[in-house]
Amino acid sequence: MEALDLARWQFAIVTVYHFLFVPITIGMSFLVAGLHTAWYRTGKLQYLRATKFFGKLFLINFAIGVATGIVQEFQFGMNWSSYSRFVGDIFGAPLAIEGLLAFFLESTFLGLWIFGWDRLPKKLHLASIWLAATGTLLSAYFILAANAWMQHPVGFVYNPEKNRAELTDIVEVLTQKTALATFFHTIPAAAFTGGAFIAGISAYLIIKGKDLKMSRSTFKLGAITMLISFVFVSVSGDLTSRIMTEQQPMKMAAAEALYTTQASAPFSLLTIGTLDGSKSVFQIGIPSLLSFLSTGDFNGVVEGVNDLEAKYDKQYGEGNYTPNIPLAYWSFRLMIGFGAIGAFFALLALWQMRKGGTPRGMWFAPAMFSLPFLPLLANSFGWIFTEIGRQPWAVFGLIKTADGVSTVVSAGAVLFTMIAFTLLYGVLAFIEVGLIVRVIKIGPTEEHDYADPHIGGSADKPLVMSY
Amino acid sequence: MTFQTVWFLLIAVLWVGYFILEGFDFGVGMLHRFVSRNEADRRAVLTTLGPVWDGNEVWLLVAGGATFAAFPEWYATLFSGFYFPLFLILVSLIVRGVAFEYRSKYGKAQWRQRWDIAIMVSSAIPALLWGVAFANIVKGVPIEKASNGSLEYVGGFFNLLNPFALLGGVVTLTVFLTHGAVFLSLKTTGEIRERSRAIAKTTGLFAAVSCVGFLTWTNLLFTDINSQVLILSVLVALLWVAGMTANFVGREGWAFIFNSVAIAAFVSTLFYALYPRVMPSSLGAQFDLTITNAASTDYTLKVMTIVAVVMTPIVLIYQGWTYWVFRKRVSASQISNPEHGVLDVVSHILHK
Ligand code: HDD
Ligand code: HEM
Ligand code: HEM
Repeated sequence: MEALDLARWQFAIVTVYHFLFVPITIGMSFLVAGLHTAWYRTGKLQYLRATKFFGKLFLINFAIGVATGIVQEFQFGMNWSSYSRFVGDIFGAPLAIEGLLAFFLESTFLGLWIFGWDRLPKKLHLASIWLAATGTLLSAYFILAANAWMQHPVGFVYNPEKNRAELTDIVEVLTQKTALATFFHTIPAAAFTGGAFIAGISAYLIIKGKDLKMSRSTFKLGAITMLISFVFVSVSGDLTSRIMTEQQPMKMAAAEALYTTQASAPFSLLTIGTLDGSKSVFQIGIPSLLSFLSTGDFNGVVEGVNDLEAKYDKQYGEGNYTPNIPLAYWSFRLMIGFGAIGAFFALLALWQMRKGGTPRGMWFAPAMFSLPFLPLLANSFGWIFTEIGRQPWAVFGLIKTADGVSTVVSAGAVLFTMIAFTLLYGVLAFIEVGLIVRVIKIGPTEEHDYADPHIGGSADKPLVMSY
Repeated sequence: MTFQTVWFLLIAVLWVGYFILEGFDFGVGMLHRFVSRNEADRRAVLTTLGPVWDGNEVWLLVAGGATFAAFPEWYATLFSGFYFPLFLILVSLIVRGVAFEYRSKYGKAQWRQRWDIAIMVSSAIPALLWGVAFANIVKGVPIEKASNGSLEYVGGFFNLLNPFALLGGVVTLTVFLTHGAVFLSLKTTGEIRERSRAIAKTTGLFAAVSCVGFLTWTNLLFTDINSQVLILSVLVALLWVAGMTANFVGREGWAFIFNSVAIAAFVSTLFYALYPRVMPSSLGAQFDLTITNAASTDYTLKVMTIVAVVMTPIVLIYQGWTYWVFRKRVSASQISNPEHGVLDVVSHILHK
């Protein structure tokens, strides 16, 4: 394999891995902050137990989210230096702002929250988890704006002398509708993920009969969060589809394996194509739905892959402008599918648990066990779709992925670091899952209320939180 | 002053902050088993870092992001060129962060021992390699114009391991060891405090010797701007001696302050010697990366300046406040159930 392919694999591996932890962090930070607030307001110890129990799980996850984020910050320079030279003037700004605005906030206030139990007055302590949660949102916003710029570059001019894109309007970069739509799709998806985590784990406690007072209420919290965020994910997903069709019609055509331009195009449920993905031989679909999704009109015209390819050949010069169609097609469906299954499980369990009931039936345990994993799969496939569908472009219409790779880094070097990161990440996953399982098995611990401490606490009492 | 100079300064400030803050993190990480006699000691030592290490590391992330935004050519050439050292640093930082968070979660001795080794090694590697990297940048590395017109590092890995760079690595390693020891003597009580002070006396000497050697060599490299670099170098040495003296007479707070300012002066010396270059080429000044040919447009720099001017004071205030909140010394006696894992302690009794 060439350095290019290896660098792409490495990017995909480390980024998809980072994004397993990211949505859990974003979703759970708000839910834990909510539980903490419930305790602060009501003084009910069940909420304190829940805050501490899910807080521990959240922190185990957060540690790996942070650790893998460090690679993200530097890999553009390492493996994609030509890309970095080309886009740095624009792309670097949101990344730097993310650090200054979000990462400092997140890390500092989370430190205060973890170690501040008997060092901070209760109100300030509560504020620190909310500030940390706000940090995760800000971080998501800036990085998603950077990614949105790659999907749909705006607010720049191309400087042929320096062969790079130069920023002309930062506000446009940060507020273009692609960025907003992606944000309003990814954040509910993260809430969905955090909700599924809490619901799945609470369901386990319910099955084991542990701390039912707490686990029934946290199950409800998780499951309802999932259902609400699924509505938002669907609405913003629909919006994203339209924006995408307008900006990257090839991605929509690939997502649908729609080879020829068509009015009243159907949304396919199953397509069997030729092996090289050059045309479809069999398709079951819902008539006109694709036209509606992508244009908002059942009779709308949706462009097909072959016609777009011909158009781009003219516009950008002879080349291959078709992404990997089977991958785009399936990742799009798997994203929606896994999300929908998760939402369905949550709805079913909630229904059976109404009025103090307990779910019966063989389906419950396996369904609840799968609950935390379904959104992780949906998220990963969502990104795989977004990023694969953009290929061969790194920045749509401006620079191809193939032209972005570092020229001075050999294939061997990329291979070596790729294997090392993959092994390291594998070991970390193993350890993290082990710890999470341990926390869940021990279950929520007994907690006692305490008086409001003053800033700095006391130097002679045992520490509530230590390493 | 042009925006390019402003950003050169700001990036220097970010590295100063990073080396002062994560410098003592690295030192504590390398030392934590040496200043401890039992599990309670070790946990007390690591707890001094608990609330702050992640915030300290963000200085590096922002330095990286700022370099990307302000000097994309520098970011691209540096990180694709210094590929393996950076890779080693990244792996270390990953392992270190996870090790801090996971080590005490579980009560088994072997589990903890393994993470302890991980903490020591993963603190030592970046402490050494940052010095190696910066020494190479100051000295100049083989950079050439590639066929696509960009200035690329062409030196390979072993080129980076020259004597001057290795000495630079020894400087940061010993300076961070001392800085960490002084930090511990300031933040702990009893025997840990005494042991840390004693260690700082010895490592401080090693640091002083390697630092003077390194700075002398640096001055010999830069015949053109010698006098200013020389003045700064002498200042570094004086500050370091002041720090050692303060430690010697038991003024831990002053020792920490002097060491921090000495680190700031050291990093400033290197950046001063570089200016206006950001990555000089050893193959000829026409291949130097400078604040002009590596920079982003003025518009981008202006936007970033506004953000930095607004945000940096706010960040400094709340980060400083964290240190204030956790200003009390941590003692081993405050660690309840040291042999138990944090996750295994079944009841968390907060005080009435
Ligand atoms: C939609 C959200 C999102 C996306 C797409 C990414 N991240 Fe991320 N990142 C976060 C959301 C996030 C977060 C929620 O803020 C994290 C996750 C866990 C955490 O600790 O913070 C984080 C952590 C994190 C850290 C460590 C911060 C610290 O030490 O506190 C860095 C350096 C990055 N990320 C950088 C990146 C880069 C360069 C990405 C692009 C390739 C990226 N992340 C994708
Ligand atoms: C928002 C921040 C992100 C940015 C700035 C970003 C940037 C990039 C860049 C520069 C590439 C080109 C390199 C390549 O083609 O391999 C790429 C590809 C890719 N990204 Fe992203 N990405 C982001 C988020 C994500 C996330 C969160 C995921 C998955 C969870 C992801 C998955 C992928 C995959 C699978 C590829 C490989 C496509 C291919 O090479 O065929 N990306 N992305
Ligand atoms: C309900 C129907 C859904 C629709 C119509 C939908 C639609 C879309 C579309 C069109 C994209 C591509 C955006 C682009 O390339 O510009 C996308 C991306 C994505 N989807 Fe979905 N989606 C749905 C459900 C979900 C669910 C349930 C999840 C996860 C829980 C999810 C997570 C993601 C993620 C993380 C991305 C990548 C980020 C982005 O580009 O916004 N989606 N989705």
